Amino acid sequence: MRRLSTVAATAVVALLLTAGPAFACGGLIGPNGAVNLLRTTTLAAYHDGVEHYITAFQFAGGGGQFGSIIPLPGIPSKVERGGDWTLQRLIRETDPPVPAFDLRLGAAAASSAQVILQVRIDALDITVLKGGGDEVGAWAKDHGFRLPPDAPEVLNFYASRSPIFLAAVFDADAARARGQSIGDGTPVHITIPTANPWVPLRILGLGKIEGEKVEADVYLLNDRKPALLPDPNANGLTLQVSEPASASLLKDLRSDKGMGWIPQHAWLSKIRIDGPASDLRFDLAIDASGRGQPSLRDAGLAPFGPMQPPAPWVGWVLLLAAVGLGLPNFGAAYLARVATRRMPPGAGA
Amino acid sequence: MLSVSRRAIAGLFAVALLALVALLSGCGASPMRIQITIHYSHYDPSRLTVPHGVPVTFVITNTDPIDHEWIVGDAALQRRHRTGTEPVHNARPTEITIPALTTRETTVTFDKSGLLQYICHLPKHEEYGMVGWLTVI
Repeated sequence: MRRLSTVAATAVVALLLTAGPAFACGGLIGPNGAVNLLRTTTLAAYHDGVEHYITAFQFAGGGGQFGSIIPLPGIPSKVERGGDWTLQRLIRETDPPVPAFDLRLGAAAASSAQVILQVRIDALDITVLKGGGDEVGAWAKDHGFRLPPDAPEVLNFYASRSPIFLAAVFDADAARARGQSIGDGTPVHITIPTANPWVPLRILGLGKIEGEKVEADVYLLNDRKPALLPDPNANGLTLQVSEPASASLLKDLRSDKGMGWIPQHAWLSKIRIDGPASDLRFDLAIDASGRGQPSLRDAGLAPFGPMQPPAPWVGWVLLLAAVGLGLPNFGAAYLARVATRRMPPGAGA
Repeated sequence: MLSVSRRAIAGLFAVALLALVALLSGCGASPMRIQITIHYSHYDPSRLTVPHGVPVTFVITNTDPIDHEWIVGDAALQRRHRTGTEPVHNARPTEITIPALTTRETTVTFDKSGLLQYICHLPKHEEYGMVGWLTVI
């Protein structure tokens, strides 16, 4: 039985890598238009133990290459061209006058990281990497990209939880050669078996300095009303839609390429992100179990890594401390009570 | 009384010996060494004080997986680098590129006192806070 636990559509734009040596000294990012901001929209969906990401990389003009990186909760089993209208249909469902995608995706890269999968989709070179922040940074450098100054901290934020990254390099020259026009998107569908779905939000602020804002939309599609962490109505998040998904929406999504897994019934949520990048230091955890307990760790709000049980001696120390502190108090209380009972009536102070 | 005098003399001798060692080491050719660590695109320490007229070796360790720069100088020099185009700095001891996950050393003799800055001028690094202050006394 197929169960859609979570579908998240995110306008995710991670970080931009700027090409090459021409930008090596002093803030020269793209004043000549050679590198334009790559904008991407990502749909992350979770169903029956499998998370589906559908990301559209939009051609923004210019030449050269752009990079984008997306942290993933697990190793993808498949990366393929996505359907043609899934993201647009979701946006039309919640925002009838179709807005321009408002997300930016960053790029990432990697070199000494372990390459798990590579695929070319239109003008996109997609590489799935396994490695820590250092390895991803090395991969980026080896491929001629420069990560922004906050990348070391942000990549470690993700790598300590799941060292899987998807790096997409968009070849603008190839896009032009293919006849792609500005605004044309290349949808990519990433299938990720995982027990812990989450939506990367912090990566949206990658490369943004103090005062810059993150604006993005996250769509969630669950088989029931989801429990989310952090609060979707605080910290720069606004829960704009929370309702049963319409039958027409689900039917339209299901009819798109590779979207046959969409269930008959689902709960649709839309979260708008609009706030300073410096405040966006968390991800969106979604409880897919139905227990209503989204994970602090998946939200990036708890220390990463496996929890270590306390050493056995800790238990003995605590027990002895409890006995040592409790016995005298108990004894004193008992003696006081006995003494009180033995007092003759009227002998109290 | 006599024993006290001997102790005093022995103490004075020890102090003199230490002073001699200190003087000899100060007169040696090895310059003062200062360690600077770069982590998460910030310098540590971000405030330093060094003497003028003597060589100072800066040992700069970049623990980040991205390249950084250490460019020390006055405000005019920093202004020039904000719009500079040199991809890599290796020609001057006051302008160093530290590739990802490496350590570089540079020895500088500051000829006069003053307040300088050391900054990474790679795109957005200064805005991100990659700035340090160097007081030359």
